[in-house]
Amino acid sequence: MTRHTLSVLVENKPGVLVRIAGLFARRNFNIDSLAVGPTEHEEISRITIVVNCEEHPLEQVTKQLNKLINVLKIVELEPGSTVQRELILIKVRADAESRSRVLEAVNLFRAKVVDVALDVITVEATGNREKLDALIKVLEPFGIKELVQSGMVAIGRGGRSITDRALRPVERSA
Amino acid sequence: MTEQMTGRNGPAGTERPAGADPRAAGPSGPSPRDLAARSPHHPSARAADQPRPAEAPLAAPVPASPVPASPVPGAPGSAVPAPGVGSEPPRAHVTSPGKVRATGAQALVYALERVGADVVFGIPGGAILPAYDPLLDSKAIRHILVRHEQGAGHAATGYAQATGRIGVCMATSGPGATNLVTPIADAYMDSVPIVAITGQVSSSLIGTDGFQEADISGITIPITKHNFLVTKPEDIARTIGEAFHVASTGRPGPVLVDIAKDAMQATTDFSWPVPFDLPGYHPVTRPHARQVREAARLITESRRPVLYVGGGVIKARAAGQLRELAELTGIPVVTTLMARGAFPDRHPQHMGMPGMHGTVTAVGALQQADLIIALGTRFDDRVTGKLDTFAPGALIVHADIDPAEISKNRRADVPIVGDCREVIADLVAVVRAEHEQGRRADVTAWRAQLDSWRETYPLGYDEPDDGTLAPQHVIERIGKIAGPEAVYVAGVGQHQMWAAQFIDYENPGTWINSGGLGTMGFAVPAAMGAKTGCPDATVWAIDGDGCFQMTNQELATCAIEGIPIKVAIINNGSLGMVRQWQTLFYNERYSNTDLHRTAERKLTGTRIPDFVKLAEAYDCEGIRCEETADVDKVIERAMAIEDRPVVVDFIVHRDAMVWPMVAAGTSNNDIKFARGLAPDWGGGNDD
Repeated sequence: MTRHTLSVLVENKPGVLVRIAGLFARRNFNIDSLAVGPTEHEEISRITIVVNCEEHPLEQVTKQLNKLINVLKIVELEPGSTVQRELILIKVRADAESRSRVLEAVNLFRAKVVDVALDVITVEATGNREKLDALIKVLEPFGIKELVQSGMVAIGRGGRSITDRALRPVERSA
Repeated sequence: MTEQMTGRNGPAGTERPAGADPRAAGPSGPSPRDLAARSPHHPSARAADQPRPAEAPLAAPVPASPVPASPVPGAPGSAVPAPGVGSEPPRAHVTSPGKVRATGAQALVYALERVGADVVFGIPGGAILPAYDPLLDSKAIRHILVRHEQGAGHAATGYAQATGRIGVCMATSGPGATNLVTPIADAYMDSVPIVAITGQVSSSLIGTDGFQEADISGITIPITKHNFLVTKPEDIARTIGEAFHVASTGRPGPVLVDIAKDAMQATTDFSWPVPFDLPGYHPVTRPHARQVREAARLITESRRPVLYVGGGVIKARAAGQLRELAELTGIPVVTTLMARGAFPDRHPQHMGMPGMHGTVTAVGALQQADLIIALGTRFDDRVTGKLDTFAPGALIVHADIDPAEISKNRRADVPIVGDCREVIADLVAVVRAEHEQGRRADVTAWRAQLDSWRETYPLGYDEPDDGTLAPQHVIERIGKIAGPEAVYVAGVGQHQMWAAQFIDYENPGTWINSGGLGTMGFAVPAAMGAKTGCPDATVWAIDGDGCFQMTNQELATCAIEGIPIKVAIINNGSLGMVRQWQTLFYNERYSNTDLHRTAERKLTGTRIPDFVKLAEAYDCEGIRCEETADVDKVIERAMAIEDRPVVVDFIVHRDAMVWPMVAAGTSNNDIKFARGLAPDWGGGNDD
């Protein structure tokens, strides 16, 4: 089993995510991470999917995804040539006694404090999964009250854009 | 970063350079018009292929759509025919696409007329009611009022399979729509182009558990090629155009259009043609030349090649090309359950049907082949048997229009993505060129071996020793008397297998059955649809008594609408195929397969229902046949009745079994040609 990151460009229409998620569910794939958002084209959304699976079933799912009418393009992003980021928000216990040590950890990870309460601070951090896992490990001893993490988003390094050819003029009419 | 284009371009190793990405079709890419011309449903694509009476309606001009209730400027009486239905490309007739005010429902009917729908099978109800009002005024569309929505769906499939056109069915929201689920799944499994139109509750009610609300677009996501939920009147016409385009191009399949009631009631501007909004839909039809050359090379170098032909060859109207390729190379042919008729049964190179109930020769040919040329077929488990023992020595050339089928079950050595008609035509050209260079496969020894198997292990059956009727005999005689120009439609079970085995199919489109989903109850409504599409053909439904009881209500539709189908009920009083498995694998413990008695109540000799009386109740001719001596004259009597449907109740031996058989999950090598009897294929092929 290997981790694969797929960027799926889809039409920005209701119900598209269900079609995509359904294909993974049918093949009994567990989606590790999922992120959906707009792109530089108003009519295109980009879905970043991280799955753990073998090569052959992934090829099958990719082909099935390509058959979905609302899917414009699928690209597998290789970690070596890709910038991958996740966002995390953590409420960590920080009273007068521990606050300075928590802030020290936050600074070490170049994270940010985005909210402060009497005995809790909320930390925002971005990075790849390894970095965020390390941050969680460091903050855990202080007491994590709540944690929320985004799906991974990824973009290829270099000048090429995968959306370049995704939009084509309408081919035919009835 | 690797761009995974496998879905469109074939598996890794066969990818085209980025410039050839079909989605980036530049000057060298297919033009829209090219795509239309290559569509299996384009008139030019079928003109040269296999003339037969059943196809006659295809050549006939589509009844011109009359001027809609309120005339549409720019789209006068001669409405734009659908791609593949009329004689001109879609845009030719329209000079200035004007607009006209219309309700969404009117726009729906106008659009259906424009895409060339001439028959709609359906039942009205609350949410679809607005559509039925303008439908009443349409002179171009014949609506056939069925008795159950399942019947509408299968009728649309039968219509599509018999004519090559798109079948249309219509139902209301909620239970009307969910009753279409089975036929939609059936059409999906067999890649049949149908469009299902359902009413939906008004958009303000969607998601509130409104009366007769069901999320039919959600329900049918996994069983449609695509579906649409339309909530705005201005989207209706375009969506109908898109639905018909998607259903019939690429790998055909069912498309559902769910339309909210308020969208049908509101007013909009109708104009035609409508530009499609399908930026992600670009089916590949043109095969890759390098792959074709590689396939041709393997063909000329092979010693034991087999053409493994599936339903895609019929869908692509490539029977003519297939015959050319087969005769050019001398390669033996096997036709799957979905491809019966794609290659003439009486042709000396035809080895029969492969698979669980295929001929020993067809199964053996695949098992011992050194090259399998798979055309429009998908290595279904019913064909391969236990996959890892399937054709162990064979290289695989796999051509299919759906890239996701290639290497799905069996890895292809030479994958070819494309329309079978083009693939085979290209293969013919390249193989012919190879022959001219003196490179040619010698298949004489291979053919001789297969011929000897065919002589040793012919299809056959035993006459029951108690004098009762052999079901195989009945089916064989129907095939002989009705002949190869008739259309045969089967349900699912033993009778289906016997009909596939014992009727000789000479023409594509003359054998219609539920192959992938195995839908009992398919025969009567599908025969109704086939007869509607091919009114001049004799249409026989070969049905089982179990199947028949699932959908026989459509006999009322046939009687009232004047659709004189003929139904042969192969009545063994039980769910025969399940009973056969109980005989073979469950120690003859017949749990719930006897249709005439229960464990407590033995009702031997009773007939519940009495099919003859039932037929008469439906104003059909009802005939019973129990003696072998009567079979021919009963069939001839049924053939002579043309003014109403006929139902023949053939009371047959209940213990007849379907042979040969590869038991589920076992290897094709373990095929039995009769109970306990394995063929001897000899061991002389180990080179």
